[in-house]
Amino acid sequence: MPLGDSAAYIEFSTTLDLEVNSVVQRLALLILKQKVPWIRDVVPALGGVALHFDPDHEGFPAEPLEAALEIVNGSLKESLEMKDDAGREVELPVCYEPEFALDLKEVAKKAQLEPEEVCQLHEAGEYRVLMMGFAPGHAYMGGLHAKLAVPRRASPRAVVPAGSVAIANEQTVVYPYAISGGWNVIGRTPRVLFDAKRSRPSLLWPGDRVRFRAIGREEFLELEKQK
Amino acid sequence: MTVKVLRPGLLTTLQDYGRHGFQRVGLCPGGAMDKVSLTLANALVGNALDEAALEMTVIGPEILFEEDTLVAVCGAEFQSSFPHNRPVLARKGTRFNVGRAARGARAYLAVAGGFAVEPVLGSRSTYLPGHFGGLEGRALKHGDVLPLREPQAVERFTSLKKTKDATVKWSARPLTVPDREPILVHVIEGQHFPSFDSNSQRAFFDTVWSVAPDSNRMGFRLSGPPLGRPEADEILSGPTCLGSVQVPPSGVPIALMADHQTTGGYPRIAEIASADVARLAQLAPGGKVHFAKCSLEMATELRRDARERLNAALRGIAWEYQRK
Repeated sequence: MPLGDSAAYIEFSTTLDLEVNSVVQRLALLILKQKVPWIRDVVPALGGVALHFDPDHEGFPAEPLEAALEIVNGSLKESLEMKDDAGREVELPVCYEPEFALDLKEVAKKAQLEPEEVCQLHEAGEYRVLMMGFAPGHAYMGGLHAKLAVPRRASPRAVVPAGSVAIANEQTVVYPYAISGGWNVIGRTPRVLFDAKRSRPSLLWPGDRVRFRAIGREEFLELEKQK
Repeated sequence: MTVKVLRPGLLTTLQDYGRHGFQRVGLCPGGAMDKVSLTLANALVGNALDEAALEMTVIGPEILFEEDTLVAVCGAEFQSSFPHNRPVLARKGTRFNVGRAARGARAYLAVAGGFAVEPVLGSRSTYLPGHFGGLEGRALKHGDVLPLREPQAVERFTSLKKTKDATVKWSARPLTVPDREPILVHVIEGQHFPSFDSNSQRAFFDTVWSVAPDSNRMGFRLSGPPLGRPEADEILSGPTCLGSVQVPPSGVPIALMADHQTTGGYPRIAEIASADVARLAQLAPGGKVHFAKCSLEMATELRRDARERLNAALRGIAWEYQRK
């Protein structure tokens, strides 16, 4: 379907399906590899992939939607057959200490667990970056334990500190900057999620497999010094 | 070669065509809100069309040219005696007080040779939410000194035909500044248009919307009747683009502008024709707009027409730069 007159969104599912998303991730990478000169951005989303066009490019086709669909169809079979996913493995150190875990008590209460159990379940999870957005470097990660699936906060915080690790519904996120947000904060990472000065500005990329590693306050402060 | 900022104005930032290729990690292309006026300003001083220029918003800055500089201001009309829409040779020591916008909201000040700031991720555009690009990732402030790259002011000015004193005897026609309001903006139906109730569907096109005061480079909030969906189900978050019109649960539509989020979980009622985005960007808070439904084919046609008008203006400017 068209996304305005300069982009297209090819949707495979209107609900969150991790299998579909993993195909979407592989598909997006295959399309990127083709380096189509009139496609400026390939954005994997939860249930489909968006292609953003450069309508002023000399190679821009007269029927861009048809051409986009052809590109997607051309790579779809291969993305379905690919066994390994191209996502890298990333480990994020997280400090779950109370001074960083602003909503841990409330999450524990809602989930009917002890705060320590919440942290253990979160740390034990294996996550996938399903989609990025909201802010640069902000990854929506799937794979949260069903017991931790609590709704968002009733009222969003005006400022969530940078590096805050948060959960809501069946996903976890890390806030790259100090911005407003409504997810339940259960820890903080000392890592810089997005730095425009790096050649790969984002720490996380779509499709990445992410694990969290619990660290104490000392290590957090030590790692933060190295920023 | 520098330009000194005596007063920063309301929001003055360096902007070019923006940075592409990073939407998949959540970074929007950004860049000038009105890329048509930016393009004209660059052409008027003989620059590459995508060079970075100062985007001035509603209340312009006051600046001091510390050397002879070839300048052009294009876009919104500001209350200053400085000639708009034409190349002007600003002599060393010239103070330029841009003043307040009288018509339109944003103008671009381009200097021959461009501003000497380092590109970040392929662009000199200021991305305010991320604090990078442009001048230290922020808007101009009092006392800033902007370095210029290659001046060539006098040489370029003397290569122009039909000059008179410090400027020329012609001007380029602004292409995006509205003569009257409400402006008409074409949209195609968004993915979630059918899920809105019929009253809301009608109201979207019948209402004269007003740009709310809390609008910014990320998005324009539109004041009018709240829009609703009979089944207020949550939609699966999906991609957005420049000109997407989202409706959060409050019912107040938001038109996504240059620094928009790249994905979103609010239903998209409409997508603004790309040809009309630069005209919408010329509305200040309180500005009025109404929407007309069009087909994808028509939006494509509008985009080609707008491109052709811009190309014609660029040919006219290029002709003035040909050797005498």
